[in-house]
Amino acid sequence: MKLILALIRRDLMLNIRQSGGAGTALGFFLTVVVLLPIGLGPDQALLARIAPGALWIALLLSVLLSADRIFQQDYEDGSLDIMTMGPVPFEMVALAKAIAHWLSTSLPLAVAAPILGFLVNLDPNAILPLFLGMAVGSIALSLLAAIGAAVTVGLRRGGLLVSLLVLPLYVPVLIFGLSASQPPGLGPDIATPSLLILAALALVSLVLSPLASAAALRSYLK
Amino acid sequence: MQLDGDNLTCERGGRTVFRDVCFSVAAGQLLQLTGPNGSGKSSLLRLIAGLNEQADGTLTLSGGGTDLSLGQQAHYIAHQDAVKAALTVHENVRFWCGFLNGGDVDAALEAFDLLRLASYPAGLLSAGQKRRLALSRLMAVPRPLWLLDEPTVGLDAASQARLVNIMAGHLQKGGMIIAATHVPLGREPDQRLDLGRPF
Repeated sequence: MKLILALIRRDLMLNIRQSGGAGTALGFFLTVVVLLPIGLGPDQALLARIAPGALWIALLLSVLLSADRIFQQDYEDGSLDIMTMGPVPFEMVALAKAIAHWLSTSLPLAVAAPILGFLVNLDPNAILPLFLGMAVGSIALSLLAAIGAAVTVGLRRGGLLVSLLVLPLYVPVLIFGLSASQPPGLGPDIATPSLLILAALALVSLVLSPLASAAALRSYLK
Repeated sequence: MQLDGDNLTCERGGRTVFRDVCFSVAAGQLLQLTGPNGSGKSSLLRLIAGLNEQADGTLTLSGGGTDLSLGQQAHYIAHQDAVKAALTVHENVRFWCGFLNGGDVDAALEAFDLLRLASYPAGLLSAGQKRRLALSRLMAVPRPLWLLDEPTVGLDAASQARLVNIMAGHLQKGGMIIAATHVPLGREPDQRLDLGRPF
């Protein structure tokens, strides 16, 4: 456990020092959300209606922006080779790197989303459900992104391919994320069960992602 | 402690890199790998480290920790230095020390004369200094088997002498070294393995 924490700490430190990951993703998120009202016109009712969906789609794209870097640098400089020779199972290495991506990129985006919601006239009652949905859903987003990053790690310009591979996997997260973001009081309560399904999706990816990523990485190292 | 390779065959991308390679290294011995480019020196080291799979043959380490894999008892120093430019010299070694369950960071830096550069960002180091930083992993985390792929590339004369000393010390303590290199290693290797012509 101590060894895994050492890896997560290193990845977070690298992410902060290189200022490539979280900052860029947040900037991209902000830009997309700012562009929406400009593109759709100042119709407040329309904006309020599409706000949760717009925020969720912007979140998916922003998470993917830095996804291809989860394993790439460690693959290129030989660090992954050495990590396979450590006392920690390689699956746990893959999991630790996905967790570091969640902490450094996806979670800050989920925290920023309700604030950016003011730009698209988000219903104030929807702020809390949206934040909860995104905080839980972003775990699944980072873990699924890690699979895509592992599958394309040896490819030059693999970034776009990651998006193509991973975006279809994001569809369930998007569907249940959206229904979890509904403000309370509109019809039957579907937010709570949707949040639970989101949590289930996160847990399923927590199990599958390390196995899949580690298998993909191993085949590249050979 | 003894490492035996028996009739090892390695294939990469459908091509046979080497065939029926046999060797045996006992505790305290240095095995020097030679052979022209493409003859499979690096492939053999990666195979021993557990990063490649052999197409045929067996690899056995006797007398080591039984619950550890061969890779977990070996250090593999590759062409890539696995050095993070955004971390300081000390942070680089400390991470590997922590991740690989190692020991003394400062002593490892001292052994390769990097202590005065400890707080320096590793991105500013020269190629030779980066190489020394990669090599300091050998001292930071004690492991019996060292797999060195061209360890002297980029090192100046003083650093080469230091590496030769450190290798001698490791052998004296009963360690094993397999080094792929064409430069003299300061002592006559106990064994040589020539991988010959590439297939």
